[in-house]
Parts: sequence; structure tokens; C-alpha cells
Amino acid sequence: MHEDFDISIDGLSKMEGHASLDVKVRNGKVESVKLRISESKRFYTQAIRGKQFQTVPQLVSRICGTCSIAHLTCCTEAVEKALGVQPSEQTVLLRKLMTYGMMIRDHAMHLYLFCLPDILGKDSVLDFDERQHELVHQAFDVKKVGNDLSKLIGGRAIHPFYSQIGSFSHLPDKEETKKVIDELKKVRSHVFELIRIFYDCPFSFRRKTTFVALTTEDFSFLEGVINSTQKIIIPEENYWEHLHRVIIPYSEATGFEFEGKEFMVGALARMNLNREKLHKETRNDIAKYIRTFPSDNVYHNNLAQAIEIMHCIDHSIEILESTEFKKEPKVDVRIKECKGVGVIEAPRGTLYYAINLDKEGKILYGNLVIPTAQNQIKMENDIRNLVAKNLDKDKEFIQYEIEKLIRAYDPCMTCATHFLKVNWI
Amino acid sequence: MKLRVGLFSFTSDEGCSMIFLELMNTHFSGWEKLIDLRYSKLLRSKNDLKDLDVALVEGAISTFKEEKKLKEIRENTKKLVAIGSCAVNGSPSNQRNFFSDDTKNEIRFVLDNFGHRDKVSPLNEIVKVDDYVPGCPMEEEKFLEVLDKYLKEFKVV
Repeated sequence: MHEDFDISIDGLSKMEGHASLDVKVRNGKVESVKLRISESKRFYTQAIRGKQFQTVPQLVSRICGTCSIAHLTCCTEAVEKALGVQPSEQTVLLRKLMTYGMMIRDHAMHLYLFCLPDILGKDSVLDFDERQHELVHQAFDVKKVGNDLSKLIGGRAIHPFYSQIGSFSHLPDKEETKKVIDELKKVRSHVFELIRIFYDCPFSFRRKTTFVALTTEDFSFLEGVINSTQKIIIPEENYWEHLHRVIIPYSEATGFEFEGKEFMVGALARMNLNREKLHKETRNDIAKYIRTFPSDNVYHNNLAQAIEIMHCIDHSIEILESTEFKKEPKVDVRIKECKGVGVIEAPRGTLYYAINLDKEGKILYGNLVIPTAQNQIKMENDIRNLVAKNLDKDKEFIQYEIEKLIRAYDPCMTCATHFLKVNWI
Repeated sequence: MKLRVGLFSFTSDEGCSMIFLELMNTHFSGWEKLIDLRYSKLLRSKNDLKDLDVALVEGAISTFKEEKKLKEIRENTKKLVAIGSCAVNGSPSNQRNFFSDDTKNEIRFVLDNFGHRDKVSPLNEIVKVDDYVPGCPMEEEKFLEVLDKYLKEFKVV
């Protein structure tokens, strides 16, 4: 229908950070799709150089407001692996809980506040009508539980300060723990409702791709091996060798390929590769919904996120009810020249940190790979195919479909532009 | 009549926007009657910058485009509040201001390519700021105090 047209979206909305998009169609063909991540660079890779290792996890936490706990935890892991520090069983449990708090809060924000308006045909959660109002209250209840769980463990939901190299400086208060357990139990039915909404959602965009995720024994996002639908198992410390950095000249972020191909990380990848490790209560209660996976529908990324909230609730309740947290002896850290890699699953996918320290414990080199950068090439190609499939529709429709598709990915532009590698001149 | 509020984000990790969303967990029911959040890219795709009472601005100013936008916000709002450390004093988003010459040279081409200013500035180096909410992320209590002050000043409550 339309031979030549351009779509320009300056400032995509309802996502983390700033990005704009330019699509050019000429002679009935999509000539170019440019997703410009326009979030200003803050040069964290440069800024951490020369800093003492103890201070760096707190600093990189500031790369991203919404998933600060992921950056903090992954960087802490890289430093611990470098120095040979083995966190205690209790510390590992506390980290899992703090991560679960983040996942609940972050996924709930994305699903209720950013995606749900698309399903209910509204521009914003602020415009929901009376009938939809109950969902708004549920949204804030679920988000609050995540917030409270992270606060209980880390002291704060954004940039928590109890987390340290090898330990936590503070243990959860008993009374507060009881309150959080009650809250977790109370919102479970809300999350069930959320899962049903995303299961019933008719949006579909199917395509074949490689999925990559760190698969963990208890679906706790922290320790495991990197798995993929290409059936390659990679130890955490070797992940970088399988990635290829792709320079995107018009974007303030770089993209990545896995084994030379576009790929996707995130909740959909985790569900496709590791769903049998979800908590048993979750598996029992929502088996029907979990059977949706494996899936190659991008919109199922959102159903996967909703299921992950349920898992985080169930596993958190189990840990909090069965663990007596005790004061532990201080962790002994011996400073030496060393290198370490940390890999965890952040809300939006696999997060990689490599840290090199000098003999005084100062950062010599830091490198990190964030989920949105890994998804960027796939995201652009999906947009290109989406536009090509809909050339007979009007521009407004295409633009809205693009925004919806990008939101399904749950990109984080803030994360995508923290760093810089100088090799694209 | 509701308080006409805009929420804006510049060079930062958006942690203060996250705190704003977290405060909504417990304050949404109250704010709904008092606040008209007319501009927030985080929550709306259709936004209106005109005639704001209060602009809540997060982040430091790193690019010329941001500088222009900040001035535009100032022209369209009666009060402008800097929320969070980046907006209040530039830190930690202004780390590049303190880089050695070598490191500055290393990042020079990005700065030139994407229209970055020579230095990253807190808001008050560019426009008049009426109130400050410090902290990284911003202090919740102080934010609520400032918001309450403007609800009274604009006779919403």
C-alpha cells in the first residue's frame, strides 16, 4: 500500500531509559531500522579504574536504578571469584532473597505499569477506568512486596547497602521477616491473576532464534552454567569468548552476537531453558501456564516474567520460613593481583562482569555485558520483520505495534549505555 | 483542582524515578485525587509539557540536547525541583569531569559524536532550581515533604 514512508519515534515511552527509533521504507521495502539508544553515556568502565575493590559494587549499582541489585550482586561475585572469597551458605541465601525482591519489583513494574496498558487498550496505568482499578491496586501491592523483601535483606530496594564482599553487614529483623512472609502470601493470588492475563493475551510475534540463559539448579538466577538452545554449555568464566561485540554507530550502546548469531536473553530464554527448575509450589499450581514453554513468541517473555514472580514468591517464603539467620564471623579477604568473572541472571537477562585487580586491590580493568545490549540486534531485526509484514497498514498502527514489541522485550536503555569500548573508529 | 506535575529524567540511572514509582505503592490512592501527572515518559506515551506547576527533574545534564530540553521545561513550569544527587550536584553521573587527560582523550570521540557538552552539570548551573531533594537514590521523606509543600502552596490541599 505504502511505497515510501518514514517512522520516527523520538523518545520511546514506558520503558527504562531513553531511546528513539527511525524506520525508513522505500519502494515498498524496509530499507533501514535504527534503534538509537540515546541515553547519555556515563562511562562507568572508565570510572571504576583505580578504585579500591570494596567500593566498586556500590558504585556500579548506580548503572541502573531498577536493577541495581543485579549490578551490585554480579560485580560482588566477580570480585569474590577474583580474590578467592567463598561466601557462606547463609550469605548465598540472603543474596537469593535480595535478588528475588528485585525480580518481583522490577517484573511487576514492567508488567503492570508498562505492558498492561497495551492489553487493556489504555495509554497509561493512570488512565485505567473504575473496572480496571482493582488491577492498579494489585500492581502496587505486588511491587511493594518486592520492595519490602529487598529492604528486609539489603536495607533498601534501590542501591542496598547491607551487601558486602563475602557477607551481609546486617541480618533480617525477625518481626519484619514475619510481616514480609505474610505480604508474600497475600499477593500470591494477585500474581495468579496476572499470569492468567498474560496467558490470555492474544499478542503474538513468533520467530526462530537462539535463546541463552544462565541455568541454575533452583532457578535462583545466581550460580550455574550458561546454557543455550544451541545446546552449548559454557562455564560462567568463559562466556565472553562466545560473544562478539557488534558496533552500532548510531547508538550510544553496542550490540552482541552469540556464536556469531543474533540471540535473545531474558525471562523467555530462562523459561525455555530452565523451567523444570522452578519452585515445586509454582510448578504444581500453574502447570497449565508453564506448558506454554518452550515458546518462540516474543510476547511470552511477559508471561515468563509473571511466572517468575510466582517462583520468587514461593522460594522466598520457603527460605524465610525455614532459615534461622545467625551472625557469622568476618570474612577473611587477602588482597592480591587477580582476575575474576561473575555471571548472573538480571531481570532482563544474562549479566556479565569481569574484574581485574592489582596487588593493592585497585581495579585495573573492568568489563561488563548487559542484557539489553545482547538483545539489541535481535530486537532491531524483529522490528524490521514486523514492519515488512505490516506494510499494508497505516503508519500509526505500525508505530504502535513497534512500541508494543519493544516493550515486550523489556529493554533497559539506562543499563545499555553505562560503558564504552573504544574500538569502533 | 490538581497539582500539574511532570517527571523528567536526564543523565542518570533513573533510580529516583524508581523511588517515585515505589512511593506510589503506598501513596497512589491519595495522589490520584491530588496530582495530575501530565508528563512522564515512564508511564505515558502521550505527554503534555505545557503549564506545569511542578517539574520533578532527575539526572545531570550531559548533552546539548538535554540542556535545551531542561530550559524548555523551565519555561513551562512554575516550580522546578532537582531530585537525587545527579540533579542536585551532578554526582555520580558527572564522573567524566574528573577523568585524567588520557581517559578524557579515550572517550573524546563519543562526546563529539553524540553531542555531549564539555562537562556534566547539575541542574542549577543551567536553570533556576526552586527545591532540592538530595540522596542517591533521593531521600523519600524529603521528597514527600517538598511535594506536600507545593500541594499547599498551590492550594490543592
